[in-house]
Amino acid sequence: MIRFENVVKRYPGEGADAVHNLNFEIASGTICMLVGPSGCGKTTTMKMINKLIRPTSGAILIDGRNIDTVDTIELRLSIGYIIQDIGLFPHMSVGENIATVPGELGWKKERINARIEELLELVDLNPKVYRNKKPNELSGGQKQRVGVARALAADPPIMLMDEPFGALDPITRAKMQDEFLHIQEKIRKTIVFVTHDIEEAIKMGDNIAVLKAGQIVQLSSPMEILSNPADPFVSELIGGRNSLKMLNLMLCGQIMKSLSPSEGEKARATGHGLLGLKATAQDALSEMLRTGQRFIYVEDGDRIVGVLEFEDLLERASRHGLSQ
Amino acid sequence: MASLSSLLKVLLYGLIGLFLSIWVVQNPQDGLVARLVTYDKLAVLLLQHFYLVGVSALLAVLTAVPLGIALTRPGLKSWAPRVLALVNIGQTVPSLAVVALSVGFLGVGSLTAIVALWIYSLLPILSNTLIGLQEVDSSITEAAHGMGMKGRHVLFRVELPMAAAMIMAGIRTAVTITIGSAILAAFVGGGGVGNLIIAGNNISRWQVLVLGAALPVLMALMADVIFESLEKKVRV
Ligand SMILES: Nc1ncnc2c1ncn2[C@@H]1O[C@H](COP(=O)(O)OP(=O)(O)O)[C@@H](O)[C@H]1O
Ligand SMILES: [Mg+2]
Repeated sequence: MIRFENVVKRYPGEGADAVHNLNFEIASGTICMLVGPSGCGKTTTMKMINKLIRPTSGAILIDGRNIDTVDTIELRLSIGYIIQDIGLFPHMSVGENIATVPGELGWKKERINARIEELLELVDLNPKVYRNKKPNELSGGQKQRVGVARALAADPPIMLMDEPFGALDPITRAKMQDEFLHIQEKIRKTIVFVTHDIEEAIKMGDNIAVLKAGQIVQLSSPMEILSNPADPFVSELIGGRNSLKMLNLMLCGQIMKSLSPSEGEKARATGHGLLGLKATAQDALSEMLRTGQRFIYVEDGDRIVGVLEFEDLLERASRHGLSQ
Repeated sequence: MASLSSLLKVLLYGLIGLFLSIWVVQNPQDGLVARLVTYDKLAVLLLQHFYLVGVSALLAVLTAVPLGIALTRPGLKSWAPRVLALVNIGQTVPSLAVVALSVGFLGVGSLTAIVALWIYSLLPILSNTLIGLQEVDSSITEAAHGMGMKGRHVLFRVELPMAAAMIMAGIRTAVTITIGSAILAAFVGGGGVGNLIIAGNNISRWQVLVLGAALPVLMALMADVIFESLEKKVRV
C-alpha cells in the first residue's frame, strides 16, 4: 500500500505549490490512475514515490514505512519505472536493457538469462528474434513492451508508469492497454499510472485520482467518477459522452439476461449473432447497430448462456446519462 | 565494409611515406644529404615524434576526460559553461605560442614539448567530453536513476557509452593536431620529424624539407582514419 500524508511540493523559486496537501492511499494490487491536464502535478506526485523528487513537507509511506527511512537505491530497485519516452538505453540490446535491475541486484547470469526470456514471452516478443536487437530497430509499440519488461524484471511489487502509452498511435495504444491489463491480471502489482487521457484512465484504473492545480479533486472508481463527478471540473474532463463511456465499463457477462441450457440450445439453432462474456456493453451495442439486430446472444466457451437486448442497453446508458 | 576501406587508406598513406623515405635515402643529392638522412636516423626521428604525440595525447585523455566528467556532476555543473568558453578561447591560441610559453617555464627539452602538446591537446578532448555528456538525454539518465542504478553505474554504463563517440571525436582532433604541432618540438630540443625541416632549411636541401613536411602529414592522415573508425565503432 502506498500512502500520501499531507504531501506538499513547492519547487525552489516558485510562487505556488506544484502539489498541495496530498492525502490519499493506493491499495496493494490495484491500478491508481493520476489524471488531469498538463502541469497539474501528476509527474511530480509520481516521482516523489521513488524519491526522484523530494517533498517539501509531508510523508509518503509504503506498507507503513516512511520512504525517508528507506535507502534510496533499495527503494528504487523495488519499484518498476516506465516513462513516456521509455528511456531505453540506446547502446544496449533489448536483453541488456531488461537485465539492468537484475544486474544491479547481483543476480547470477543464468537467472538473468532465464528471466529475460520469460519477460519477453510475457510481453509477447519472441526472445529469439528480439533479445539482441537494439532499441532503434524496434517500433514504438515494441519499445514500450521492452520498457514494461524492463520495469518488471526483478518482479517489483510497485510500478510507476508516466504516460507510458502516450506516444503511441491510437490502435497500438489500445492494444497495449488491453495487453497490459491482461498482464496485470496475472501479476497484481500496485500501479501508479499517470495519463492525461480520461478514456485511458477509465479503461485502466481500479481507481482514478483527478488532479487539478496540484490537488486531488476526486478519487474514486471509474464508475463513480462517470456517474457522480465531484465538481464541474471533473464533469468537463469526462465530457458529454459519459453514458457511452459507461457502457464501456459493463461486461456482457454482468448485465445479460441468463438463459437456461435448453434455451441456449434453441438460441444456437437460430444462428443469431454472438459475443463473449468479456465483451463490453459498448461492443454489444455497436454490433447490434452494425447488424440491425435488436438482440444478441452471449456465449461462454461453446455454450450460449445469456441474451442482451437493445432496449435494455439504451435504458442503462440513459439512466447513467441522466444522473450526471 | 567501412573498416576495409579504412585499412586500405592507412596502408596507402604508409606506403607513400615509405617510398618517399626510400627515394630520399637512395638518391641523395650529395654527401651532406646522404649523411643526414639515413634509415636509422629516420626511424629514430619517427619514433621520437610518435613518442611525443603518444605521451602527450595519453596525458590529455587521462586529464581531460575525468575533468569533463567532474564538470558535468551536480556539484560542479554550474562551472561547465565558463570552462567551455575558456577552452574555446584557448583553442584559438596558436600552438607556437603555447610552446614558447612552456619554454619560458621549463627551458628546452622533450619535457617542454610534451607539456606544451599535452595542454594543447587537452582542449578538444575536454570540450567534446563536456558536450558529449551534456547531450545525453536527461530522460534516459533519469530513467536509469529511477530504476535504482547506482550513480557510478549510471556514469559508466549509460552516460560514458552514450558520449563515447563524441569523446573519441575529440581525441581524433587532438591527435591529428598534435602530430602536426609536434614539429615544433624540434625547435625546443624535443626531437621528432621537425628536425628534418630545420636541417633541410639549414643546408638548403629541398628533398629533406619535403620529407620533413610530408611525414607528419601522412601520420596525421593515418591517425585520422584510424580514429574515425574507432569513433564509428563506439557510436550508438
Ligand atoms: N523542476 C521543476 N522546477 C520548477 N517547476 C517545475 C519543475 N517540474 C515541474 N514544475 C512545475 O510543477 C507543476 C507540475 O508539473 P508536473 O508534475 O510535471 O505536471 P504534469 O505531469 O501533471 O504535467 C507545473 O506547473 C510545472 O511547471
Ligand atoms: Mg507529466
